[in-house]
Amino acid sequence: MDADPENEPTYPMKNYTGDDHNRINYERSEQQPQSVEILMSNERPVITRVFGTSVPPSGLSGKIRRYAFQHSEDRYRHWLPLIFADRVNVFEGLVDDIKAGKFPNIIKERGLAMEWKYNKPGMIKKGVTLAVLGLVLFAILRKKK
Amino acid sequence: MLAMNYRGPYRIRAEQRAMPEILHPEDAIIRVTRTCICGSDLHLYHGMVPDTRVGSTFGHEFTGIVEEVGPLVQKLKVGDQVLVPFNIACGKCNFCKQGLFGNCHESNPMATAVGGIFGYSHTAGGFDGGQAEYVRVPYADVGPTVIPAEMDPDDAVLLTDVVPTGYQAAEMGGIKEGDTVVIFGAGPIGIMAARCAWFFGPSRVIIIDHIDYRLEFAKNYAKCEAYNFKDMADPVVFLKKTTDWYGADVCIDCVGCEAEGNTLQTFSGRVMLMQAGAATALQWAINSVKKGGIVSIVGVYGPPFNLLAIGNVVNKGITIRANQASVKRLLPKLIDHVMSGRLSPKGLITHRIPLEEVSDAYRLFSSKLDNCIKTVLIPSAKH
Repeated sequence: MDADPENEPTYPMKNYTGDDHNRINYERSEQQPQSVEILMSNERPVITRVFGTSVPPSGLSGKIRRYAFQHSEDRYRHWLPLIFADRVNVFEGLVDDIKAGKFPNIIKERGLAMEWKYNKPGMIKKGVTLAVLGLVLFAILRKKK
Repeated sequence: MLAMNYRGPYRIRAEQRAMPEILHPEDAIIRVTRTCICGSDLHLYHGMVPDTRVGSTFGHEFTGIVEEVGPLVQKLKVGDQVLVPFNIACGKCNFCKQGLFGNCHESNPMATAVGGIFGYSHTAGGFDGGQAEYVRVPYADVGPTVIPAEMDPDDAVLLTDVVPTGYQAAEMGGIKEGDTVVIFGAGPIGIMAARCAWFFGPSRVIIIDHIDYRLEFAKNYAKCEAYNFKDMADPVVFLKKTTDWYGADVCIDCVGCEAEGNTLQTFSGRVMLMQAGAATALQWAINSVKKGGIVSIVGVYGPPFNLLAIGNVVNKGITIRANQASVKRLLPKLIDHVMSGRLSPKGLITHRIPLEEVSDAYRLFSSKLDNCIKTVLIPSAKH
């Protein structure tokens, strides 16, 4: 008896119609045919009617992603393995490039020419810092040997 | 076709790839005429978003010309010039029916927490994005909107994300006449939120950031007060002082997960990845807003969670309103604002770069070089 229809804090972002109470029972479009592997959240019962098909899971990173999707979006076991898979995927990408006869131009890919053009002092400072750290590390390792 | 290709954190290249195809009867294929780099694309570029796969094409802000339509597409026809909202929305699920086009339940099988978004990793549906010459656009009768003939294409492309997100940031703040509004972040979204805040009648609009050229731009474009938090011992104390020790009526977070300003947040979130990035700006928003105030969040945060003063949210009775912008819901109003001259989105664009030089464009935007505010990529005109 205390329900107030004016008490709608989601207005105007949400136009409340009561449709939420129909839950997942609503009209749907046709199902997009699935021709590649699509990893699906275990928080939904069926795949969406439309989905992206870019870069299906493959290789070691794909195995890690399949493991991640066994766990819900609530779990670190879902997200940390996906980040780890992303890093593994970078190495897989390098191997694929070399296998295809392409040696990546890391300087071009990282846009370093732009950095040099507009931030020379910053780049020089970074370069010197990395060189010093490298020398210190080399000296420590040499001493240990 | 030429397309942006992600190779790993901070590594991007433009290369030839296969043309997109119609995969669903409600798809369209769009030939891209303008595409932007968003501040949230930088989270992908920096490797912060889980399930960002090598070989993906980014880009969720684009306009183009309809090249091909699926058999069930009725509203669009080949040759139409369209702006495409960054949300992929079916128009039929219970969320779309209630205007929540950014929360569609039938466009992303990989995560229930976010609807489908063009070019925003597999966490947002695995769709290749618009930083390419052509792009597949699902549910073509729902999102894509024909650009009015008199509209400048540079204004149109900013209506796909920047303007609706900035506007909705202000709208969610529930700004009343006479309010003091504080916006964290002087990137394109923050600057647009500051500009749009004035539509709701506040008495003060304040923007906080740490980059002087962006604060200067915001002062001129959005006619707001602008302050550098690096000049402050404590931004929260500064904001309390400037609001008569009461706190702001509304605080808006337009920064998201790569905020600067707090060592613990930066180390735990951006270095160690023990939380989903650094939530410094949101922490300041919670602590700077008055008791009973509203915090509006459009800054992008990835999964799984962040360290925040949730106790202060409870004790101060703060209302938090947050969402991805529902572009389709807002477009009629925003198109009217642009056509009437009340808003000039293209004023944010500082750099126009050919798509072939996408790796340079990302570096320019990421490192904030050459006073960059907003970068538009332009595919070759050879067609």
